Amino acid sequence: MTSAVTNKKSEKSSTLSSLSNMARSYGIVGALIVIVVVFEILTGGVLLKPNSFVSLIQQNAYVIILAIGMVMVIIATHIDLSVGSLVAFIGGVCALLMEHAGMNWALAIVLSLIVGLLVGVWQGFWVAYVGIPGFITTLAGMLIFRGLATVIVGESVPITSNAFRGIARNYLPNIFGFWGPFDGLTIVLGLLAIAAFAWSQLSKRKKMEKVGLDPEPMGLTIAKIVIAAAVVLFVTYLLASSGNEDQGGTPIMLVIVVVLVLVYNFILTRTVFGRHVYAVGGNRKAAILSGIDSRKVDFTLFIHMGFLSAVAAIAMLSRLASATAQAGMEFEMDAIAACFIGGTAVTGGIGTIPGAVVGAFVMGVINQGLSIMGVDTAIVKTIKGLVLLGAVAVDILSRRKKG
Amino acid sequence: MSDETILQMKNITKTFGPVKALTDVTLDVHAQEIHAICGENGAGKSTLMNVLSGVYPYGSYSGEVWFEGKQAKYKTIRDSEADGVVIIHQELALIPFLSIAENIFLGNEQGGKGVVDWDQTRAKAKELMRRVGLPDDPDTKIMDIGVGKQQLVEIAKALSKNVKLLILDEPTAALNDEDSAHLLNLVRNLRDEHGVTSILITHKLNEVAVIADNVTIIRDGSTVGYMHVDKEHPLDRDELIAKMVGRPLTNLYPEHESHVGEEIFRIKDWTVHHPQDTSRIVVNDANLYARAGEVVGLAGLMGAGRTELAMSVFGHSYGSAVSGQIFIKGKEVKLPNVAAAIKNGLAYVTEDRKVFGLNLLQAVRNNASLASLLKMSKNGVMDDNVERKSVEKYRKEFGIKTHSIEDGVSTLSGGNQQKVVLAKWVLSDPDILILDEPTRGIDVGAKYEIYEIIDKLADEGKAVIVISSELPELIGICDRIYTVSNGVFTADVPRDKFSQEYLMKYMTLEREKVTK
Repeated sequence: MTSAVTNKKSEKSSTLSSLSNMARSYGIVGALIVIVVVFEILTGGVLLKPNSFVSLIQQNAYVIILAIGMVMVIIATHIDLSVGSLVAFIGGVCALLMEHAGMNWALAIVLSLIVGLLVGVWQGFWVAYVGIPGFITTLAGMLIFRGLATVIVGESVPITSNAFRGIARNYLPNIFGFWGPFDGLTIVLGLLAIAAFAWSQLSKRKKMEKVGLDPEPMGLTIAKIVIAAAVVLFVTYLLASSGNEDQGGTPIMLVIVVVLVLVYNFILTRTVFGRHVYAVGGNRKAAILSGIDSRKVDFTLFIHMGFLSAVAAIAMLSRLASATAQAGMEFEMDAIAACFIGGTAVTGGIGTIPGAVVGAFVMGVINQGLSIMGVDTAIVKTIKGLVLLGAVAVDILSRRKKG
Repeated sequence: MSDETILQMKNITKTFGPVKALTDVTLDVHAQEIHAICGENGAGKSTLMNVLSGVYPYGSYSGEVWFEGKQAKYKTIRDSEADGVVIIHQELALIPFLSIAENIFLGNEQGGKGVVDWDQTRAKAKELMRRVGLPDDPDTKIMDIGVGKQQLVEIAKALSKNVKLLILDEPTAALNDEDSAHLLNLVRNLRDEHGVTSILITHKLNEVAVIADNVTIIRDGSTVGYMHVDKEHPLDRDELIAKMVGRPLTNLYPEHESHVGEEIFRIKDWTVHHPQDTSRIVVNDANLYARAGEVVGLAGLMGAGRTELAMSVFGHSYGSAVSGQIFIKGKEVKLPNVAAAIKNGLAYVTEDRKVFGLNLLQAVRNNASLASLLKMSKNGVMDDNVERKSVEKYRKEFGIKTHSIEDGVSTLSGGNQQKVVLAKWVLSDPDILILDEPTRGIDVGAKYEIYEIIDKLADEGKAVIVISSELPELIGICDRIYTVSNGVFTADVPRDKFSQEYLMKYMTLEREKVTK
């Protein structure tokens, strides 16, 4: 009797403590919600209109894509300053392949991704095997690739391929037609996403029980599923009602970003390589003495970063429909800021991809909200700077209190 | 040496939390003598000197310090230096990118009104360098001179502060024989010609024999003896050793009967050079073997080369120009990196768990699995449940006191952190475990649990090699002990010959007397 009572009690208290743990680690999510609500009010409800939500995603896709790689690089105690220049350089290569070499757009994309990988090999070599700090290597890369971008692009190279330009502005085909005012495919995808999330949570519990481990309290699992379902439903509603007369629903860019986030989150949290990244970032000496080849980890990370830079370059080229040497200016700063706002530790070892994504959205919403309000871009920049400073200050102060 | 007492430390007691580092320590130093302080690692020598020099400010300890007839109440190192008490630590406090002259006058810049007078700096530095016998250009950068000369720069710096009492903490630990001799001569010279009193903390008994006028012996934070040395009364080393180690052995160790099997590990003619100073030999032609089920000890004083041996064997993690052979289960193996060492069944639990052993930012689970990720994964994807299950097993088995394996390892006590490191290496399923100071800085209860784990590992047929600075510990848990002195294996001591005196004799054997 008594044991049953204490069991129940301990389950309750552990539900509570896990919830408060989550609140601490997801504090930035709370901040994002507050920012969204504030701008929703300040813009008189324009911010969360379906079409401005879609443009929020399309405008910030490049930050999220770059932040995915940047957060891994920062966890491993490095940094990459060259990604902005790479967006210009690889974008230029891609544009030249299509417009001057007359290459098919799909083939040009593949070759551009290969160029990204090769640039990653180049930078990874200097960092991992020569031992030049990432800051220096990529500062050099920033100059080198900006310079090369200017050389190959010249004034500008406009893109003529409509298929290529569609990547950044088109939606998934409306194969299920419209259900009332809503795009059918988007609703199907939204419901599938909720089902997949619920299934993954429940099967995780089942697996843990099967091997004789205590899973998290059931209440917490249900709460997680309910919250996730609510968020996904709201986003689904916004997307399904977005668009114009010709098309609408789920933007292609969103699909690309979601796939990259899911894949890289899997790599970072579930694979041996991901463990190595955290181990090297947390204590390089201990990692080496545990048999981890820290140089290989560094090398691989820069290759991933090169690949993601190429993806961002293609996305940006499609969006701007023209390659210029000035493309991607200060993108590295946006990506780095997104990581730090999202709770990545300046000294490495700590950070998550979902955190960086939320950080990117914080910056994106502030950007979008202020520009809807017609605030001058110079002021927007200042405010973004203050937000970055504030977010990291709150993080450091809360840590200090705990320690 | 005069009869006048320059320094008196009376009933010094210093505690760190619940740990008593010094209990009622008394030290009397005469003016113009060289006073040696001897004791095992962790006996409290350095703590005492930190009390004296104001690193631990007046008020943070109990007892009194009297210097030159006045009670000294030093709050900072600056206060003690103003009185002419200068301490030179084992880790030199020099800035490698600055010149000798700049380092000598660091914090005491020559000139006035915030402007440095470089001519005066150089001239004065030159004079001080002459006194310590350093012929180099005062503009030479510290990084361009050897450790021996750096030590001389430290002394020149002390002289620039009008030193009356010079404290040297293990000054020759990193020096070769020639540099050591020069340094000791200099200390003698300072006493005879400049009237400088010196306190010398050292492990090297031959140095004590040739240079000290008086010796104070400290053991477990208390003064346990005092010896006078002169021409008529040369140093009785046996008496000194007896006083250094003379601690009763109580039953702090679990009863254990080893079942020794076949030899599974052998190191042959292993020589390691210092990674930077490649001319210095750190491990000299070492030979060692260990059998299944056997607990083998490596006894040696600080700087004897035990850790360096272990790390160089463990995937060449230390040193340069490593040579020699390693045999595992009779077959010669090459271990060029840590991964290869782990693959061949070797595990090394590091001396400093916070610097080399743990990722303090992550949970118990991630730390414990780090050396066996490949076993817990399929095609590069972690199987979290296999991982949780294996770590959970050792949490229970080793009694790691934590709410859950998801708790941050930084929230654990030292003893429990050490168990996490042990779990990490046991999970990698090795045949040979090298444990470097496995019980350093943890309390008695946790120590006992670690000893039990060691015994259990041996019973499972693993060879366990324990490096420890605590002789009673080695005697309590080992089946056989190697003694190491200055990088040379000096004896292979079987259990029936175990005694602290016997071991200490071989641990302090001088290089000349070493016979192989």
